[in-house]
Amino acid sequence: MKDPEKPLEAHESDNEKRAEVSRRDFLGTSVVLTAGACVAPILFNKSALASEGAVPGGPISSAVDVTLRVNGTAHALKLEPRVTLLDALREEMQLAGTKKGCDHGQCGACTVLVDGRRTLSCLTLAVMHDGDEITTIEGLAGSDELHPMQAAFIERDAFQCGYCTPGQIMSAVALLREPCGASDDDVRECMSGNICRCGAYPNIVAAVQDVRRSKTT
Amino acid sequence: MPSVGRNIPHDSARGHVTGQSKYVDDLPFARNELIVDFYWSRVAHGRIRSVDTSAAAAIPGVAALFTYKDLPGQNLFGPIIQDELLLAEREVLFIGHPIVVIAADSREAIRLARNAIVVDIEELEPIFTIDAAKKAQWHLGESRTIRRGEVAAAFQEAEEILEGQWRCGGQDHFYLESQAAVAYPGEHDALIVHSSTQNPSEVQEVIAHVLGLPINKVTVVTKRMGGAFGGKECQATHPAAIAALVALKTGRPARIVYNKDDDMQITGGRHPFQNDYRVAFTRDGLITAAAIDFFSDGGAYADLSTSVMGRAMTHADNAYFIPNMEITGTVCRTNFPPNTAFRGFGGPQGVATIENIIEEIALRLGRDPLEIRMKNCYGVDDRNVTPYGQPVTNNTLPRLFTECAERSEYYARRAEVARFNRESKTHLKGIALTAVKFGISFNTKFLNQANALVNVYLDGSVQVSTGATEMGQGVNTKIGQLVADELGVDASTVLVMITSTEKNNNTSATAASSAADLNGGAAVDAARRIRTRMTEVAAGHLAAASEGELTASTADIVFAEGQVYDRRSAGRKLKFRELVKICHLQRVSLGERGFFATRGLEWDPVAYVGTPFRYFTKGCAASEVLIDRFTGMMRVLRSDILMDIGRSINPGIDRGQITGGFIQGMGWLTNEELRYAESGMLLTHSPTTYKIPNIQDVPEVFNVDWIDNATNVVNVAASKAVGEPPLLLAISVWCAIKNALSFVSDGKLDAPATGEEILMRLANQKPETRN
Ligand code: FES
Ligand code: FES
Repeated sequence: MKDPEKPLEAHESDNEKRAEVSRRDFLGTSVVLTAGACVAPILFNKSALASEGAVPGGPISSAVDVTLRVNGTAHALKLEPRVTLLDALREEMQLAGTKKGCDHGQCGACTVLVDGRRTLSCLTLAVMHDGDEITTIEGLAGSDELHPMQAAFIERDAFQCGYCTPGQIMSAVALLREPCGASDDDVRECMSGNICRCGAYPNIVAAVQDVRRSKTT
Repeated sequence: MPSVGRNIPHDSARGHVTGQSKYVDDLPFARNELIVDFYWSRVAHGRIRSVDTSAAAAIPGVAALFTYKDLPGQNLFGPIIQDELLLAEREVLFIGHPIVVIAADSREAIRLARNAIVVDIEELEPIFTIDAAKKAQWHLGESRTIRRGEVAAAFQEAEEILEGQWRCGGQDHFYLESQAAVAYPGEHDALIVHSSTQNPSEVQEVIAHVLGLPINKVTVVTKRMGGAFGGKECQATHPAAIAALVALKTGRPARIVYNKDDDMQITGGRHPFQNDYRVAFTRDGLITAAAIDFFSDGGAYADLSTSVMGRAMTHADNAYFIPNMEITGTVCRTNFPPNTAFRGFGGPQGVATIENIIEEIALRLGRDPLEIRMKNCYGVDDRNVTPYGQPVTNNTLPRLFTECAERSEYYARRAEVARFNRESKTHLKGIALTAVKFGISFNTKFLNQANALVNVYLDGSVQVSTGATEMGQGVNTKIGQLVADELGVDASTVLVMITSTEKNNNTSATAASSAADLNGGAAVDAARRIRTRMTEVAAGHLAAASEGELTASTADIVFAEGQVYDRRSAGRKLKFRELVKICHLQRVSLGERGFFATRGLEWDPVAYVGTPFRYFTKGCAASEVLIDRFTGMMRVLRSDILMDIGRSINPGIDRGQITGGFIQGMGWLTNEELRYAESGMLLTHSPTTYKIPNIQDVPEVFNVDWIDNATNVVNVAASKAVGEPPLLLAISVWCAIKNALSFVSDGKLDAPATGEEILMRLANQKPETRN
């Protein structure tokens, strides 16, 4: 076993795995976690510094300036182009309410709103959102105490462990402005991208419908 | 108003919906913190010829690389049988076996280091199936047997005999939050470790064990988990120990978080089983004898496998009295990651086996399986002792069967299913009503204990700490309610604190559905002691204040609604917090440690006889499915669940547990299939290829209810544990699929009944359909 990543490629049938490994390699390389990155309001991603020392086979550093408008606040950041929006939120802006489940765009835990539309933040690069209006679970209620969807989730016990909940709520809020039909089935269709291992689904449907009904009456 | 019995929202509700609830990886990065990962074996079985980390060590940003040689303590550990090596030494036994620990400043450096580590492994023959393990006699622990009656004689006299084999697959926990731990170095070799674990005490012990520290130097803290389901008992020890090793050796905080693909590949899950059975019964469908040989796939190390097998064996009877029974259990060893606890803990595999047998008997006799079930159901006054000798008391099963059949309109719908299947050329329907009788308590007697710390503060607010860990099941909310009622205060004034081994020592895992029973019991004990002392003070104080009208009488003191009074003079009330102040001035202690040990348990772990459970949680479910005969696609049209959960402490939380458990069980039995490459590498290691139930898989009509039953006085607040039992009710869905298939085939079916499995069974369909 010379190279731990290599044997994977021996499984020719397993194309998907190879695709994922390369995605992890691609995206995983760019986030660097250092103490400094956590405290300064304007953040300099240290991978730029780390890779200046010409790491053999390492990435070429190309940190760029980007301004992310998150929950109404502008964050001026220096980010490598490969940093996902999810990692930028969690690790550069200390907004840990957006959760990382699969990191592959398959579970919905990382859902945020970009200009009002739901977006899987693990599947999009932070630098692509320069100037966009991003809303995360932390900013959803604005100056109110709770967004009606948050209140409905509490009212309906629409969670257990809570890990999928921020993503569920962001999807549900986006759904309110989407052309989603009126029935429970329609809600299920529109919410099918957010999985919940605790199985809080029936209560999630109920919470979403509560909010939709209160809007139309 | 008492809190118990009310729908108090989950104590983290607000945090969950606002994103403020913190999970381990949400802890802000500390100054100097290291990221930790490890190089794991890509070979299922092999001999390590050499490990070369020199190139990796030279990579900038790499702070440390450790192999087993660097462990200051013992590499060998294990919860029941000590057979597991944390870091592989000379041999690797499964894909995912950790070999080299990597600590670095960045993920980038970790990735480069992992690629630069050179491990030379000579591949050896792996064992991947139960059959291969049986042949090689590669087992974990000893085989065990439960035996009652005259099995051989019963088979000799039998009117009918059926035999066969039934298999079920494993299941990945797929907790949405992957395994995670952050270790902070303290003074004098002490460590504080935040771990996403169901068992902080076990994590603490394992860390101390592998690092060669006394246990008191290690503090393990668990705020909450983003799901666990059994997967964060033993399997949480590895990441925590690895992070702790780095923190101890480098003096820097160390964080490890598995990515989802790694987590799915390298941690074990629910045990696959392959069971051989023989059953004897009368032409009327009365079971006279059963012999079941359970074989599970334990993976490479023992973990909890022998205990899981014990629960499978003690659940092979399920709701049915079988006078002559022989049940054996053997854990087979394979080169997969160690399989471990998973909600139900072997119970589902045991119950599904007998429910399949019942369906087979019904098919043989051409009768309604429900008739067979009710005929064999445990009696209320007789025919009510399990094969291992425990009486089934307060037996609500006959009532549950009858009421569930009524509420679900089972009989009418069964006739309608038959009519539909005669007419439809494109679809099949099936219906089944199954039961669960789930034993509550850890099978291992000593684990049935808990302690709790209750502190009352000068403003009357209360803190409670227990060893229970919160994974969404609402245990903390329930404990808060119990304590609030004990002190007669509002639940909002009781805060259940973060779980830490500093406050509660030597605790058991939050598992076996028992966390609220045990920890709730201990918290009530502590609160009661405080109340007793406060009662004395109140009696004296109220008597003195009555100016001779009352004599001090502790028996007349009432704590309710945040007030304390003498029932003989209810007009004169003290606020709870006023009494607290008075107690403090009188130097009466306002803190207490409570303890709880479940009484009445007796279990012989070798002979497998005794009373391993305090009581049983019971239930029935009727499910109807619709199958597309051309694609094998299945939908659940309707499920009706009716349970006996005693008196619910929190109906909203219990409803969530029942619903969620049922859905998770459906996943195990229908869509969730673990597929492996020939090398033993898991192919289904992400939600793209591993399909857990999503929001559209929920039964279209889904009725969840429970009967009123206040007789379970042996448990706290006459409640019953509810975490695991509903998962087993999903067996009704699987049986409904079997029922549907039986209209066009011999009805044979394994689990999971994926669309593919269903389609294959349909393809072998018999030429004539059965009416
Ligand atoms: S974390 Fe983004 S979809 Fe799963
Ligand atoms: S609440 Fe646990 S995953 Fe949805």
